Amino acid sequence: MFKMLISRFAAAIPSLFGVLVIAFVLTRALPGDPAAFLAGPAASQEAIEEIRSTLELDKGLMAQFVDYTRNVFNGDLGSSWSTGQPVLSELVSRMPASIELTLLGLSFAIAVAVPLGVLSATRPGSWIDHGCRLLTTAGVSLPIFFTGLLLVYVFYFLLGWAPAPMGRLSLFADAPPSVTGFFLLDSLLAGQWATFVEALQHIALPAINLGIFALAPIARMTRASMLGVLSSDFVRTAKAHQLPPRKILYGYALHNAMLPVITTLGMVFSFLLGANVLVEKVFSWPGVGSFALEAVVISDYAAVQGFVLAMGIFYVFLNLLIDIVYGLVDPRVRIAT
Amino acid sequence: MNTEKPLLEIDKLAISFTTRHGIVQAVEEVSWLLMPGEILGIVGESGSGKSVSTLALMGLLDANGFIASGQMRYRGQLLGCDAASDHRLRSRMAMIFQYPRLALNPIRRVGQQIIDVLKVIGDPGNCNALKARAIALLDEVQISSPEQRFYAYPFELSGGMCQRILIAMALARSPDLLVADEPSTGLDVVTQEAILALIANAARRRQMATLFITHDLGLAAKHCQRIVVMQNGRVVESAPAAELFARPRERYTRSLIAATPALMKNLAELRAVYAEEEASMEQTR
Amino acid sequence: MKDFLNHALYVFRSNPVTAVAFIAFGLIVLVAVFGALLVPYDPLAIEAANQFSPPSWQHWFGTDQVGRDIFSRTVVATRIDLLISVVAVALSLVVGTALGCIAGYYGGWFDRLCGRLVDTIMAFPLFVLAMGIVAALGNSVVNIIYATAIINLPFYIRLARAEVNVRRSSAYIDAAILAGNSDTRIITLHLLPNILPPMMVQISLNMGWAILNAAGLSFIGLGVRPPAAEWGIMVAEGAQYIVSGEWWISFFPGMALMLCVLCFNFIGDGLRDMMDPRKRT
Repeated sequence: MFKMLISRFAAAIPSLFGVLVIAFVLTRALPGDPAAFLAGPAASQEAIEEIRSTLELDKGLMAQFVDYTRNVFNGDLGSSWSTGQPVLSELVSRMPASIELTLLGLSFAIAVAVPLGVLSATRPGSWIDHGCRLLTTAGVSLPIFFTGLLLVYVFYFLLGWAPAPMGRLSLFADAPPSVTGFFLLDSLLAGQWATFVEALQHIALPAINLGIFALAPIARMTRASMLGVLSSDFVRTAKAHQLPPRKILYGYALHNAMLPVITTLGMVFSFLLGANVLVEKVFSWPGVGSFALEAVVISDYAAVQGFVLAMGIFYVFLNLLIDIVYGLVDPRVRIAT
Repeated sequence: MNTEKPLLEIDKLAISFTTRHGIVQAVEEVSWLLMPGEILGIVGESGSGKSVSTLALMGLLDANGFIASGQMRYRGQLLGCDAASDHRLRSRMAMIFQYPRLALNPIRRVGQQIIDVLKVIGDPGNCNALKARAIALLDEVQISSPEQRFYAYPFELSGGMCQRILIAMALARSPDLLVADEPSTGLDVVTQEAILALIANAARRRQMATLFITHDLGLAAKHCQRIVVMQNGRVVESAPAAELFARPRERYTRSLIAATPALMKNLAELRAVYAEEEASMEQTR
Repeated sequence: MKDFLNHALYVFRSNPVTAVAFIAFGLIVLVAVFGALLVPYDPLAIEAANQFSPPSWQHWFGTDQVGRDIFSRTVVATRIDLLISVVAVALSLVVGTALGCIAGYYGGWFDRLCGRLVDTIMAFPLFVLAMGIVAALGNSVVNIIYATAIINLPFYIRLARAEVNVRRSSAYIDAAILAGNSDTRIITLHLLPNILPPMMVQISLNMGWAILNAAGLSFIGLGVRPPAAEWGIMVAEGAQYIVSGEWWISFFPGMALMLCVLCFNFIGDGLRDMMDPRKRT
């Protein structure tokens, strides 16, 4: 098993290298003077020259790439000219908000999609089956920002159930003492029940929005996988031995069907990390996505590229994690490697 | 005259499938009997419908399959009408399949799969008792080092070993009837022999009737007492093994025999056996 | 050919949604081409007195914050959204298929290089990569097209490579080689026509996704700029008014977006059923 972990880590290294290359190319791809772009539209000529010499933009591209890589390993992703802060510290401070939202959205999606997929596969042709298939096709067709707005309109404006889409807590509330950065967890840990409820109310709609988006591919994969497994030889054997239907469904069928779903999660995360940006805009969520959005609008170039690089690295590690989890769950991979 | 009641009666059974192109009849009006403790071979080419009737027997037909007409009776009781009685009757039957590695749950240890079956037959017992019985079964099917193999996954075992595991799971239910659907197809010749011998011995030892489905007439000749020949969903001929090979009545049967090289060699021997049997029957009348 | 048509009709009959989707696709194309000529109002005409009026007989979809008719704008936006996606997907298709065919046919270092390229692009969350590319190249419609094309490349490279790989060792290709055909001829005349059917499925599904991507980029302010009529920015403009109840500004362009993408997805599913019934989901 140790060997499997090592080999998986090794496979991630070329991806990390690729991410660095692409992110570097993007920072130098602008037509014109990179120093001017990094300094910002309001910079004076001296500021631009200062940036040019600090970053040694006169050197050849290869040398610049080496510098760039070294900086990244030291945690230097550049500075945002609008806030003056290092990009990395901005990202780190905003990460918990995005992660909390994404995790909750994903949990919601899995909690709905997996049972839906299972029901759809075990009752083919029923209205649940047709509903599931319609939902999965519609789900990948919905523009996520549009569903967000619809949710806000229905649940905030019409029904008044949800609070205004203005961030993680209402304007007058204080954040709970920071332990993990996840408001839900922190408020529970501090025993602040009212804060917990308020945080929950604020995160509900954006999480559901993200969840609806992730629902479709997960339900589709679960359904397809279950259909395949239910008609497999070993399920037939289990039925021949008159194993209890519940055991066949969960212990035999679902257990096997979940394996391809785990690999699907990689693709789902690719959608989610991109969708995060859109959802954070709709709900004014103070995460890394809205950080990137603000930066894009004001042409804060270093911030945007720092965001892209950080997301790339994060995604590579996420895929690595999924690979490892799969390797642990499937004995054929765990033992054979 | 045999006055024993048949264990299994298939009476004018017809099975059909609903497909995109309409209704396809897989099995048309087949009838045969199985006596207790008997080894019956069902022989035919692919697509002859030989597996379909046994799948219907075990209640394992695909969702689009159905019994169009006819009856299946186990110990005189009708199969296929009442779910509760079907379940009870089928608890006396067990089945093993072709491609044994695919027939086992790939991500569950084989010992655990045997225990799953043991739990079904309602035998209480703590973990250790169940494990001991599972290992005893592994021993009965001649798996070496059963204590270690108990923890193995199917992909770590050979095809032959997987089939032994399946046989162990079948025997765990102490069935009166074992259906073996091409159990040795796809295994090498030596393992084939071993598996079929294992089944035959278990059948004899446990007084278990066996339905042996195969396309290989030679194997059927060797291990079965009676043989049913099927073609295109119908029974072409059915007779005691020796008689079938010595005096095949139908042209199809003759062509099957002619196509089986191993059989031709033993033909003289079989004819002699048949002649002997006929003679002894004459004497007892 | 007749068999294929028969099977196509069977798919339409058993799945009426697919048939509807094909018809809808025709309508969408018609609207994109002729829409600008048929709309009642000028999509850019500001009518300050008439802002925020809800859907009515004069303005079927209502008016927006500066009094522009939303119906006209939504209809006219069809052209630009479709154009962006079609050009992006076409670009992706041509480049990706070429690369994938060569990689699949010759193998070797080129194959490995293409594999690296695909893996590297896929190492990013794709929408984020598109943001980065547009931010790097500059905020314009052309760059939106390039960005969308780049993030769609992996699908076509992989598909073309896989399909060519499968067919490369088949008998008719051997025969073509023996007959003295050059490699280019074999790839373009023999392999390409045969891999087109599975690629059609991918193209159709990709179109829907490309439209969503382009709209998403405009929603966050990249690409098409106001006052142009494009579904993404229309939804973005209307977003701030949702909380005060003027739902129609975002709703109709959003619905148009959704229906368009839905249509392409159903067509993709239908094509997949027509090509290979075994792959039905």
